[in-house]
Amino acid sequence: MALIHAARSRVSAFSGGKASMPYVLLAPGLIFLFTFFILPIANLAQTSTQTPIAGGDTGEYEQTFHFANYVNAFLDNKEQFGRSFLYATLATVLALAIAYPLAYAIALKSGKFKNFLLVLVVAPFFTSFLLRTIAWKQILGEGGFVVPTLRGLHIIGEQTSLTASAVAVVAGMTYNFLPFMTLPLYASLERIDPRTLEASGDLYANGITTFRKVTLPLSMPGVVAGTLLTFIPAAGDYVNAAILGNPNTKMIGNVIDSSFFKIVDYPTAAALSFTLMIAILILVTIYIRKSGTDELV
Amino acid sequence: MKQLADAPIPTLPINARISRWFGRNLIRIYAVFGFTYLFIPVLYTFIFSFNDGGKSNLVWKGFTTANWQNPCGAPEVCTALGNSIKIGLLATTFSTILGTGIAFAIGRYNFKGRSSTNLLIFLPMATPEIVLGASLLSLFLVFQINPGFWPTVIAHVMFCISFVVVTVKARIASLDPRLEQAAMDLYANEFETFRRVTLPLVAPGIAGAALLAFSLSFDDFIITNFNSGTLSTFPKFVYVSATRGIPPQANVIGSSMFFLALIIVVVGQFVGNKRKPH
Repeated sequence: MALIHAARSRVSAFSGGKASMPYVLLAPGLIFLFTFFILPIANLAQTSTQTPIAGGDTGEYEQTFHFANYVNAFLDNKEQFGRSFLYATLATVLALAIAYPLAYAIALKSGKFKNFLLVLVVAPFFTSFLLRTIAWKQILGEGGFVVPTLRGLHIIGEQTSLTASAVAVVAGMTYNFLPFMTLPLYASLERIDPRTLEASGDLYANGITTFRKVTLPLSMPGVVAGTLLTFIPAAGDYVNAAILGNPNTKMIGNVIDSSFFKIVDYPTAAALSFTLMIAILILVTIYIRKSGTDELV
Repeated sequence: MKQLADAPIPTLPINARISRWFGRNLIRIYAVFGFTYLFIPVLYTFIFSFNDGGKSNLVWKGFTTANWQNPCGAPEVCTALGNSIKIGLLATTFSTILGTGIAFAIGRYNFKGRSSTNLLIFLPMATPEIVLGASLLSLFLVFQINPGFWPTVIAHVMFCISFVVVTVKARIASLDPRLEQAAMDLYANEFETFRRVTLPLVAPGIAGAALLAFSLSFDDFIITNFNSGTLSTFPKFVYVSATRGIPPQANVIGSSMFFLALIIVVVGQFVGNKRKPH
């Protein structure tokens, strides 16, 4: 009897012990997230339908459930919305094109240097991303050596500049989010058993067929995670547009930032933020469903 | 098979051999270009940390090591750096504790509300920083809390928790449950098993999560910009001074962080390898 009891308690200790234990572990973190993530989002939704108090100071608003804020905010900034999603998509596709072969080389072709190369992918992170973005601005700017060289070789015209353009903004975002793309790709490529690739070769598949039918499908979780980790921050980014862009490359992030700090129009900022968040969540949900990976959620 | 091996290998013409070498090493050549792309700005930042450029660091004016000898030569750089380190350490400590708790609950227990907890962890990662920053600031404004040091710490803990949970959870999932069963078979109670078996095994995951949290916090600009008010942090200082030129001391700090991170990781690998059983 005692033995059975001991055995049972051992098993139960494993499958959970006291029923309250998970809640004790969860409570502090979840209370924190509820207070400083859910509550602010709810408050943001609340702010988004407010209107200025008649005769009040700048920055004073009252709740009037003015849902037209959303319509106005969207219509006034549909260009910036479109641009944000376009730039984010371009940066994601470019980052995937650059990062996939890079991750592949590290995971499958680098032998004993694997860990070292992996560290090198993450290392640039530690030189502040702002310093690196500004470095690009100076390298590609009028004072750098790249523009005069290209002009000397007549590759670009006298009037063409590499910074302050849409191309520079997209290139900057591609650069900044490259490690976010590379790491998940590496993680899923590294997990592939090399014998599956050999087996494919033994069955007379050539390199391209093996890649298309074996490697790529097995690395899909990495592709999904990497594209999400790049697309989401890129769509809300405004730093690259502010440093590498011009007034015609403003993204929705720039608008939210200036409605908050320069115009002090909180309802518009809130309506724009909320629209951005919902749009991204819808896109992400569709994307995860379509790609058939729910490992992330 | 033997005959095949004995047959003389036909020598290919030189250009065919070159193209074959390229074909085989294409991916490695590509990787070299990829790394060059990643490191050009890092190298630029490092080179210009030796620029004798005074306050503005836009044009190369001559070599000096003065910036490295006196990184606080531009005092506002060091104030900003100090704030970033303090915020980073506090945010790392709190988010690691809170996130590890959640990771253990999700990774070890089946409980009601597990999938909604997973969703709550995923949501902050799927929300753009600007929305996180703006929404938190509007909450602080409602409660008339002035943006500054502690609101920034709170903001950083908030966005770091999810990353800690994901990292630690992955480590817990990779553990062999038989190790804990063995400990219990040897009459260790639940607490002893946790302290002497589970925790040491999960520790590398927790350390990795803490390092990730610190680097996310240290490099954060968007959320910090919303919630820090007049407080200066290192990324904020860089952003604000970008228009009139960043002092070379900022490049010294940026480069030092890079080398420091490399050293920590290399030493960590070395210690990890030494402690590996066999």
